[in-house]
Amino acid sequence: MSDKKLKLGLYWAAGCGGCDVAVLDIDEKILDVAEVADIHFWPIAMDFKYKDVAAMDDGFLDVCFLNGAIRNSENKEVAELLRAKSKVLVALGTCACYGGVIGLANFCTREEILETAFKKTVSTDNPEGIIPQPVSEVDGCELHIPEVYEAVYKLDDFVNVDYYLPGCPPRAELIAKAIDAIVAGQLPEPGSVLLPAKTVCDECKREKKDRHVDEFKRPWELIPDEEKCLLDQGLVCMGPATRAGCGAACTNVNMPCRGCYGPAEGVIDQGAKAMSAVAVTAVSTNLAEMEKVISQVKDPAGTFYMYGLPNSLLRGRQMKEAK
Amino acid sequence: MSEEIKIGVYVCHCGSNIADKVDCAAVAEFASKLPNVTVARDFQYMCADPGQELIRKDIKEQGINRVVVASCSPRMHEPTFRKVCESVGLNGYFFEMANIREHVSWCTEDREAATEKAKALVAAAVARVPLQEPLYERYADMNDRVLVIGGGIAGIEAALKVSGGNKEVVIVEKEPSIGGTMAKLDKTFPTLDCSACILTPKMVECAQRDNVKLYTYSEVEKVDGYVGNFTVTIRKKARSVDLDKCTGCGLCITKCPTKDIPHEWEENLTTRTAIFTPFPQAVPNKPVIDRENCRYFTTGKCGICAKVCPTDAVDFEQEDELVTEDFGAIIVATGFELFDPSVGPQWGFGKFDNVITSLQFERMVNASGPTKGKVLLKNGEEPKSIAILHCIGSRDENYHEYCSRFCCTAALKLAHLAKEKTNGDVYSFYIDMRTFGKGYEEFYNRIMSEGIHFIRGKGTEVVERKGQLLVRTEDTLLGKYREVPVDMVVLMAACQPGQDTEKLAQTLAIQRSADGFFLEAHPKLEPLKTATDGIFLCGACQGPKDIPDSVAQGAGAASEALSLISAGKVKISPIVARCDEDKCGGCMICINLCPYTAISYDEEKKVAVVNEAKCKGCGTCSGSCPTGAMTNTNFTDEQIMTQIEGVLAV
Repeated sequence: MSDKKLKLGLYWAAGCGGCDVAVLDIDEKILDVAEVADIHFWPIAMDFKYKDVAAMDDGFLDVCFLNGAIRNSENKEVAELLRAKSKVLVALGTCACYGGVIGLANFCTREEILETAFKKTVSTDNPEGIIPQPVSEVDGCELHIPEVYEAVYKLDDFVNVDYYLPGCPPRAELIAKAIDAIVAGQLPEPGSVLLPAKTVCDECKREKKDRHVDEFKRPWELIPDEEKCLLDQGLVCMGPATRAGCGAACTNVNMPCRGCYGPAEGVIDQGAKAMSAVAVTAVSTNLAEMEKVISQVKDPAGTFYMYGLPNSLLRGRQMKEAK
Repeated sequence: MSEEIKIGVYVCHCGSNIADKVDCAAVAEFASKLPNVTVARDFQYMCADPGQELIRKDIKEQGINRVVVASCSPRMHEPTFRKVCESVGLNGYFFEMANIREHVSWCTEDREAATEKAKALVAAAVARVPLQEPLYERYADMNDRVLVIGGGIAGIEAALKVSGGNKEVVIVEKEPSIGGTMAKLDKTFPTLDCSACILTPKMVECAQRDNVKLYTYSEVEKVDGYVGNFTVTIRKKARSVDLDKCTGCGLCITKCPTKDIPHEWEENLTTRTAIFTPFPQAVPNKPVIDRENCRYFTTGKCGICAKVCPTDAVDFEQEDELVTEDFGAIIVATGFELFDPSVGPQWGFGKFDNVITSLQFERMVNASGPTKGKVLLKNGEEPKSIAILHCIGSRDENYHEYCSRFCCTAALKLAHLAKEKTNGDVYSFYIDMRTFGKGYEEFYNRIMSEGIHFIRGKGTEVVERKGQLLVRTEDTLLGKYREVPVDMVVLMAACQPGQDTEKLAQTLAIQRSADGFFLEAHPKLEPLKTATDGIFLCGACQGPKDIPDSVAQGAGAASEALSLISAGKVKISPIVARCDEDKCGGCMICINLCPYTAISYDEEKKVAVVNEAKCKGCGTCSGSCPTGAMTNTNFTDEQIMTQIEGVLAV
């Protein structure tokens, strides 16, 4: 690849846009990227149309970074299009990799969400109670908009993904490192996660000792000791079950890990793993005491599956719709 | 794994145990169509020789390289079939068992559903077995010393037998003397020979043998290590008497000014001094100072015992001492304690003076006891009538559901002694007379001829009316409610686990059954083993037992220990947890959870490390490991998930 420039694409599907900002966060490194790569598609920063992508030859893009989950038919259509046009497809950020925060929507049905969004919120002004439909008639013409799916999906539910770079968002250094590796042609086995195999605990400097919790607390209920493990202090920390790479960014500033870098290598269900790890810290011979302590963990589904519900065995409340 | 997978599936009828509920031929037919299956057969008894031979033949002739047997629980015959595979050169861990007896035929009446479930379990095993890896047993060195915890008759018997096998043995006894409950008894049933006469020679022998070491007034504080290599920390409680200097002359005891302390060993029927030996035949026959009641310790003044001691053996400065010893095997013989009848106010124990426990009566009739063998009421008179109430706290869902076994025959013995000593009226209130042992029924017949009044009905209540004790019962033979006036009531209190049982279970990492006693590895075939290798049980710590059974178990446990340590090496099961250091985040969640203390933390590498010799492969750590680092051999996530998919695919 040294003789000709890398052809790069970036896309934002169902997500908050934070991953695109993280790409920009590589700062002046972007100039190095511009030296080795031409960006052929990046809707947030440059003006391209889908038809420009459709016009590319298959495999035209050397690498495409796709962030965001798949929530509607447009996300899916563009993901499939970019898959065809890219030699290497990288799922960037936790939404693309595991469903992310928006994956929590899978605890509700599509109808519940649309009802809330278009009818029930305090600020909604929709006297006729209109809920947008994929196909509707406006002024005698047929209007098409993307169809919202029954659930949130991760990218590899629809297309083959070559590499995963989770994080909410992934740290800019990790993105820069990934680009370096691509330029140098030093990528690992396809299907790999471009992060260290260990967990946040490995990067966290806090002293782990008791591994026994008498009372679970929420972060606002205490000012934690800065040296001791947060889990030992009764905060629900996802660190033990979360892939390393962030440099323990949250625990370094006295906040428990919420699990945004996803499951450790080889783990099927991050939430279940975290739950069993947290639960066993409350193990006691006194059953009533144990139940009391465990019940102090508020909103377990939302806590343990905050970033990975579509990637879990649980999947969500229901997943009726076929792919 | 380039080799082609060829699975042999064998569906066992287990006589009619499985075949009655499961269409075994249909299951075999179904299995024959599953992927990688080369042969599928059903057979009457797979565990019997001809069944085993079928497997051997197929391995040799058809090149079967994975074996699935659908039969009973793996607890029953997994080792059998592993050996069959190994006998013809196939690694035993290329074998998988589907339990279609306990999990299928024994738990349903529905033949169709049973057959479907059997198919699903077979499909799961067939899906899993190609992923299984060859595993190999390993060996570690063996220490050949044995620890016996508890110096009652079971522990003494075990220690003497181990010592007789020319191995070193250490007895740790928490009381100041060995002897246990048997030392308190007067006569033993059914032969009525004197308890002390047959026990004390054994106690003395323990003290005299060179290869038996006694730690009395001591407790096991901590157990590290694993089978063959236990390191045990023993707390020698401060006795305040130097055992090396003391000659046991007893001068200190006669001079001690504090004489009003309830004598626990005499079941509080009399008092003792602050420096005391529990009973005249104690081993070691050397005193101990009860610091809670000694004037020197409570007021700082006195010290008479130290002044009169001719050998300067009294040592007020003595402190608890921790000693560590290494062992290859541990025998637990901690015995039982008596149920406290005051828990149930209906029996009047602790309320009425002349309601006493069986052990109190036992001390009373003992010639060296507090009343010199006389049966006396609180007022010093001899009772004219005595009621003996069976099943106090036993066979009673309010207290202990189980039968305490020895009390019926013990009650007969006490009835005989009561009659002999007082010649008064003796009543025995029983639910059923359970005289199960050799010569016990004959003993019952003998006692029946001695003029004892047997009333078939539980003594449900003891009340006092105008100074007269009344025992209330429903006489089930007469079909009548009765009130029997007596002078004295003897309560045959239940045998229950000692107070330290729970703590010791944790220290030793052994299990207890629902009744609180220590749990044996198998109720019939492994009565003396625990689930922890190298730790054995004997006597009443495992459940109510009389003397003959305790002695038999003591000798049996010694045989278990000797057989283990004589092998010289420890075999270690290859099913263990393994930690992938590249994945372990060092969160330390697993370390405290391990019931066998097999996991430690490597400070340098910041990872968990499994001691495979201590690991029992229970899976607690791999289940709780929040990363994919901790896995169990033969139970990897992939193997388990494939097995589940196999079940669901049917």
